[in-house]
Order: sequence, then C-alpha cells, then structure tokens
Amino acid sequence: MDKSGIDSRGARSGAEKFGASRSAMGGSGGIGQSVTREEDARFLTGRGRYVADINLAGQAWGVVVRSPHAHAAIRSIDTAAARAMPGVVGVFTAEDLGDDLGTTAVAFKRVRPDGSPIFWRAYPGLARGEVHHVGDPVAFVVAERLDLARDAAEQVLVDYDARCAVGDLEHALAPGAPAAWLECPDNISHVHDIGDRAATDAAFASAAHVVRSRYRVSRVHAQYMEPRAAIGSYDAIDGRFTLYCDAQQPHRVRDILAREIFRIPTGRVRVVGVDIGGGFGGKGPQMLEFRLLLWASRRLGRPVKWQCERSESLLFDEHARDNIHEAELALDAQGRFLALRSHWIANVGAYVSSDRNIQASFQNTPGMVGVYDFPTAHVRFTCVLTNTPSLAPYRGAGRPEASYVIERLIDDAAAQLGMDRVALRRRNILSPAQLPKVTALGYHYDCGEFERCMDMALEMGDWNGFVARREASRARGLLRGIGLSNPIERAASPGMEYAEIRFDTRGRATALMGSKNHGQGHETAFKQVLATHLGMAAADIDYVDGDTDRVAFGVGTFGSRSAVTAGTALVIAAGKVIEKGRLIAAHLLEAASGDVTFEAGTFRIAGTDRQVSLKEVAIAAFQPERLPAGVEPGLFENGMFSPEDNTYPYGAHVCEVEIDPQTGTLEIVRYVVADDVGTVINPLLVKGQIHGGIGQGGGQVLMERVVYDPETAQLMTASFMDYAMPRAADFCDIEIAGIEVPTDRNLLGVKGAGEAGAVGAVPALMNAIIDALAPLGVTEFEMPATPERVWRAIQTAPRQP
Amino acid sequence: MIRLVVNGQARQADVEPEMPLLWVLRDELDVKGPKYGCGIAQCGSCTVLLDGAPVRSCSVPVAAVAGKKITTIEGLAQNGVMHPVQKAWIDHEVPQCGYCQGGQMLAAVSLLQKKPKPTDADIDAAMTNICRCGTYARIRTAIHAAAAAATAKRV
Repeated sequence: MDKSGIDSRGARSGAEKFGASRSAMGGSGGIGQSVTREEDARFLTGRGRYVADINLAGQAWGVVVRSPHAHAAIRSIDTAAARAMPGVVGVFTAEDLGDDLGTTAVAFKRVRPDGSPIFWRAYPGLARGEVHHVGDPVAFVVAERLDLARDAAEQVLVDYDARCAVGDLEHALAPGAPAAWLECPDNISHVHDIGDRAATDAAFASAAHVVRSRYRVSRVHAQYMEPRAAIGSYDAIDGRFTLYCDAQQPHRVRDILAREIFRIPTGRVRVVGVDIGGGFGGKGPQMLEFRLLLWASRRLGRPVKWQCERSESLLFDEHARDNIHEAELALDAQGRFLALRSHWIANVGAYVSSDRNIQASFQNTPGMVGVYDFPTAHVRFTCVLTNTPSLAPYRGAGRPEASYVIERLIDDAAAQLGMDRVALRRRNILSPAQLPKVTALGYHYDCGEFERCMDMALEMGDWNGFVARREASRARGLLRGIGLSNPIERAASPGMEYAEIRFDTRGRATALMGSKNHGQGHETAFKQVLATHLGMAAADIDYVDGDTDRVAFGVGTFGSRSAVTAGTALVIAAGKVIEKGRLIAAHLLEAASGDVTFEAGTFRIAGTDRQVSLKEVAIAAFQPERLPAGVEPGLFENGMFSPEDNTYPYGAHVCEVEIDPQTGTLEIVRYVVADDVGTVINPLLVKGQIHGGIGQGGGQVLMERVVYDPETAQLMTASFMDYAMPRAADFCDIEIAGIEVPTDRNLLGVKGAGEAGAVGAVPALMNAIIDALAPLGVTEFEMPATPERVWRAIQTAPRQP
Repeated sequence: MIRLVVNGQARQADVEPEMPLLWVLRDELDVKGPKYGCGIAQCGSCTVLLDGAPVRSCSVPVAAVAGKKITTIEGLAQNGVMHPVQKAWIDHEVPQCGYCQGGQMLAAVSLLQKKPKPTDADIDAAMTNICRCGTYARIRTAIHAAAAAATAKRV
C-alpha cells in the first residue's frame, strides 16, 4: 500500500548483539513485521472509550470561570447570584480552596541576567487576587448538569481592575513595554547558556565568512481532536481520590496530585487513563482542572466531571513553540563550518509552573548543530514573560526549532556565498567514521549514516531533475521550489520505564505497561515484542496501560521514548520469564536447566525433540507439586529500564512546492523522507508516526498560528474558524523509506520515531518555499505561508514573476 | 418528545427542540460513537449520516431531524459484518488515536455512494474532516481500496 519499504541494508553496528532477536523476526507477528493494529476493530466500530464517554453514578458537572482580562487585579468576586441558580451545588473561589492545595514548582536552577534567581510563578489553583492571562481560572462552578453549570458560571460577578498587558514576545522586550508581572518589570524570567562562548566568539572573529539571519517560529497549539476532559471522584470511606483523565503520563499525574497538590501518600490517588484522542506532548501531567475536580468531589461528596471546549482549550491549554532566533554561522574560505552562534528568545507565557513549561527551550536544543561537524557553538536563551498561557512540549519540543535554525541557516549561507545547498551540507556532514562523537553542544551521537540518508532522499525526490520541473512550472506561470533538511533529534532521554508480564493459572499473559498509548499503537507494537521474545501470539496476551492501580510503576509516553524505554523494560521482563521458566521446564523435562533452550515459545532439551511450551510451563508455575525444590510458585515478572544516554534518530526530508503568484496559493507537490529510527518494530506504525509528524510540522509552516493582540493580549484565534488546521487537500502522498542502523543503547536497537517527522518538516517545507520565491529576490519569509502572506511577499519582492 | 430513527431503531428523547443532535445522541441515547471536537461544524468528529448524507451533528438541532434515518459509526457494520470501508480502514491501518475516524468513515461511505470510483481530487474535496494524527494519505488509500473491493464484489 505505501510506496515505501524499510531498507535493512544499513544494519551495521550492533547487528550481532541483536542477532538473537533479529533471527526470530521471521516468527509470526514479531518485530519488524507490518502487523495491523489490535485496537482498530474497537475504534472503527465506535467502541473506543475516551474520558468523555464515561459517566459515574451521581456525577455533577464543573465549569471553570476564566478571566476575560489579560492582566488585572481582582477587587472582589460575588458568587451569590451563581449560587442561587437552579441545580447549582457549589461555587468555589480561591477563598474556598484556602490552603488545601499546594502547587507545582520549578526545579531547574536558572538565573536572570543580573544573577538573581529565575522568576517563576505557578498556577495557584484559582486566581488569588490577580489574573495574568485571558483564560486564567478564577472560580469553579459545579451543578447537576453541564448546561446549568454553564448558566451559573455566567452569574459569577468578578470586579476586575485591569492593568496593561503584553501579548507578544517582541512587544514584551521593547523599551517601556508593560510588565506581565508587576514584580518583574523587564519581563525576563531567566537566561541560560549552552556551548562554549569564548571559543565560539574567537572562531567568529577569525572567520572568512559570517552569515546572519533572524527567524521567527510561530506559536501553535497541539489541537488534539479530543479536547481535554476529566472526572474527579473521592471515596470518603477509604479516603482515596480517583481521577479519570486523558493525560499522557498517568503515574506522574498521580505523583503530582499526591505529593505536591494534596500532600497525601501516593497510594491515596488513583489515576485511570483510557483511550486518548491525541496528545502530541500537550496532554501533560500538571493540568489544573485535575486538582479542582478532585477537591470539589471531596467537598461535595460526589464525582465531578469536566469537559473542555475547543475555545477553552485554546484559552488555557499549554501552547507551543513561539520563539525568535538570531542565528549566525561562521565559515572558512572553503565553506567549512567553524562555529554556530545563536540567541534563542523564547516566550514562556505568564505562568511557569514546573520545568515542563521551560523544557522546550533547553533540553532539546543542542540538535541545533545538526548532523554537521561544528568545532564549537554557543546558544544563549532569553526566556520572556507575556500575559499568555504557559508553553510546553508539543511534537518535537524545541527539536523542530533547533533543526529549523541550522537547516535554514545553511540555505541562507549557500545563497549568500553562491554555493550549492547540497554541496555545503555534504562538506560539513559527519561521516560514520567520526562517530561516536560529543557535539559542540553536548549531545553524544552514537551511530548513524547521515550522508547516506541524505543521498537516499535526494534520489527519491529526484533532486537533480528539479531544474527541468521548475522550468515546466514556470511555463505554466507557476513558481516551483525544492527544499532539503537533515533533521536529527534527541529521543528517549534517560528516565525510567516499567513493564510487567503476569501469567494466570491457565497460562494466559497480561502485559502491564508504564507507558501510555495515545494513538501510537503501543498494544500492537508491544505484543510484537512479546511475539519475538516469548513466541506468544497476540491473542494470548491482554494489554493494560494507564491505570495506576493496575500498573505498579510508570512514567508515561512523551519525547519519542516508549519503544526504547517501555519496549526494553518488556524485553527485560520477558528475559526473567524465560529464566524462571527454564528452571520449571528443566524439572518437567527431567533435565539440567543448562541443557534447556528456549526458542519461539518452546523450552527444549538441546539436541532432542523433548520439549514443553511456555504456556504449559506457566500453568505448572501455579502447581507447587510440579515445581523443582526452591522455586517459588507463580509467574509474574517485571522489568525496569532507564537508558544511560539519549538515542538520536535522524533522516532527510526533500519537499517540493508550487506557488501560484497570482493568488499566493501553495501546493506541496512532492514529499519524500529517508529516515533512520533504528530497529523498526512495525513499519506501518513508524510510517504513520512520520506522516503525522509531517502533517503537524507542515501545518505550522503552511497555516497554523495562535495569535494574541500584542497590546491587549486578547486571544484572536480561539476556534477552528480562526486557527487554520491542515486537511486532506493540503498534503500530497508522502514517500517514506529508511535505513536501519540499530543503536546499542537499548536491547531492541530502537531510536524512537514519534517526533522525527515534525522535526524535519518545518525546515524542509520552509526551505522549499524560500527556494520558490528566491528568483523574485525574496530572501526572508516567516511562517505561516498562508496565500495572503505569500501573495504579499510576491507583491513586495524586488523582482516580479 | 422527539422521535428519531438511530441505526435502524426507533428512539425517542425528551429534550428541547434546539438541542444539538450530537448531545442528544451522546447524553440522552447513550450513542457515543459521534465525538465532540469543536462544536461549530468545523472538524467533523461528530459526523453522522442523515438519510445517507453526512452532517455535523454538533450543529444540527434535533428537531430538524425528527423522523429521519440517522446512522452513526455504531450502525455501519451489518449483522456483525464490517462495512467495506471499515475493513479497508483496518487493512491500511488508518487510525492512530481513533477519535476522528468514525466521522471520517461515514464521510467516506457517503462519498462512495455518490462516486463509486472517486479520484484523489474527489476524495480531497469530499473529505473535509480534520485528523490531527495526519492520516490523510492512508484515508485516501483506504477509500480507493474500499472502492476497488466494492467493484470486485459487483463483478
């Protein structure tokens, strides 16, 4: 069906190490096969179960009253009228919360330019005397029905004393700009540096060429199709909270609620994550409504449900990207990169409630040196407060920006120095012989064949035949451009994950995972891992994730981590099953355990036909009379894995666009990707992830944008009428191929695939657009490339088509 | 009391006439396949078929559909056998998070009734539902496959 295939010629380093699992790939439904998804039959018949589909007995409905002002003091809140409305069971403000709720906190030790500590403020639960962005929660209204709660919410009378506000990054840094927080007049939350400043400055001072550019990466929203929702419930008899929610990290939600918010033992909170209608990083663990629902449930003695609306989602969900880059590239006379220097100016919104809200501006940014050999680099970050919602990870979380800066800068350098874009990349690309390598910004690349991937994409995209296609487009009155990017990103960074395999007395297994599927197809992929490592059929395995009462430990799914961390934890658990199973099998077969082998689900005395299946061994494990002396009954094994270092998936994207200069409309006419995500567990799933990433990265470049009025900080894009979303007609088919260079940083050789598409798409598409406009003398163009903006760029260009 | 025919069954709901069909289905009749995505007929997650034509149920007052035949994703399979569009969706592994796919499939069913052999351009024009997971290319492939399967069946 797809025009693509995964090319395994590249399997190189670590191939022997993975010999055991790779040899088993021929087995039914194992690693490497395009198995279709277990969960689809449910989804496609309307039986997916998302939070909004759940209702608890006796449930009431909550609605959050939100500030219409971007920055104001609250003089008073009058809830009397709202309390008197029909069906209302509670109207709560900060006064009612009292000291019941704690807050989350920032742990990163950062400083402001003068050396004073980072300025941060966490959301307090409900506003305490001040509001700092439109949508800031002020009161919580609970009623018998949603419509009654909404009607009552309109009757909460808040007397605001409005202050000047700032809604935009550049505006916030302008001299005399209003302060987002009165106690931080310069709007600078903190600054931070990575790399070697002195060496970088020295390299620039002696460079033959210096290329400088300024790029703006727009503010966007993850726009999962399922708006957030949650139900909070409190059981007064056992003193426990239960939260149903659509968070990507259920165990972290539990931990935050127990430790930081309610300050109770972790075991007193249960979080249940069901099907999730998309997250993309945006459905994080510290969402404010969770604590309001649980608190209100305890107060009212009944469950309380909340369903976010789409506009409310834009008003209060964490947003993403929104940064400016002042980037410089130093080259020698031959075009070799000497140094990269950049100033990353990030909007961090009004509230910085935890490291999550500033993470995108640091942890993934060393990818800015890309796949290139930089002797030195330095990046300074300035994080700026505005009266807008918090910023947080969204598919890439700083990686797309990093890739955007370097890949655009190389194109700009090639144009300014009269060099070929591909040749300039090729001159500076890291070769396999240079790996492993610690880059100038501190990433530790282990393996990869960057140039081979680039060449593969250039060939798939017929780069050399482009000139003729551009001429053919010109003959039709159209502008045509082609763009290339070589993205690389940090994935699966160090952090624990958990997996457990539990057999029952009939020999059937349940896999319990600390990761949380929200569209990736985990159930299918992890059953494939068990097919390879335990020889088990998918039908013999039940799959559980998301319920903190059922899964003993978990961290969750984000940062392209689950195949690496949860997948490896599952392999470790499977290894323990085999280890214990071998002792039982040896006893059943009356052999020494050293003589018993395990392959494809069967224990066998080596060199004989005497064998016993894993299923029979599992059944025997619950029959003490069949067990050898000293072996404990039961077969429940778990695995924990924390990688020692990141993995580095990379690839090359080639994108071609055609622009009608009369209307400014733009069409993506060709898109190819050559990728290396390490061992591929399921090509269908990987390609789906790449498609999705390109859809989101491409959507940002083409049309998406969250817009705040710079001076009033009012949100201008609070619905799908104002926030353009990519649809079917906006993308051509995407051709994906790849090489597999397994990493040896985990037992599966996987590198992570969730974010790769978005990281490559943002620069590749923009480079193609600039290339299309270049013949007109256009050298600068910022996203989004809406027809109007493209048309204006053409109208004001030095030359006309 | 408003009478409706949902997935072939006569149903009735004691609701105000202007209540959107989506919420009548979900909250009153416990038909959860149609999903809320935006509430303003932009995203299509709430798509149902009204006498065979796709409508965005979040923006249709229930009084306007009294007595009409409503098909939700729960009603697409017949006697436990999946519709060819559902089968194509599985074979080509279209869904990721799954949230919008009920609406997508109903839009596809309607397209195939009007145009049994749609071109890519027909598909792009008819399939205006949003999928944030970016499954559009596979939706296109699956619709072609469902069309081919239907043709093969007729021959």
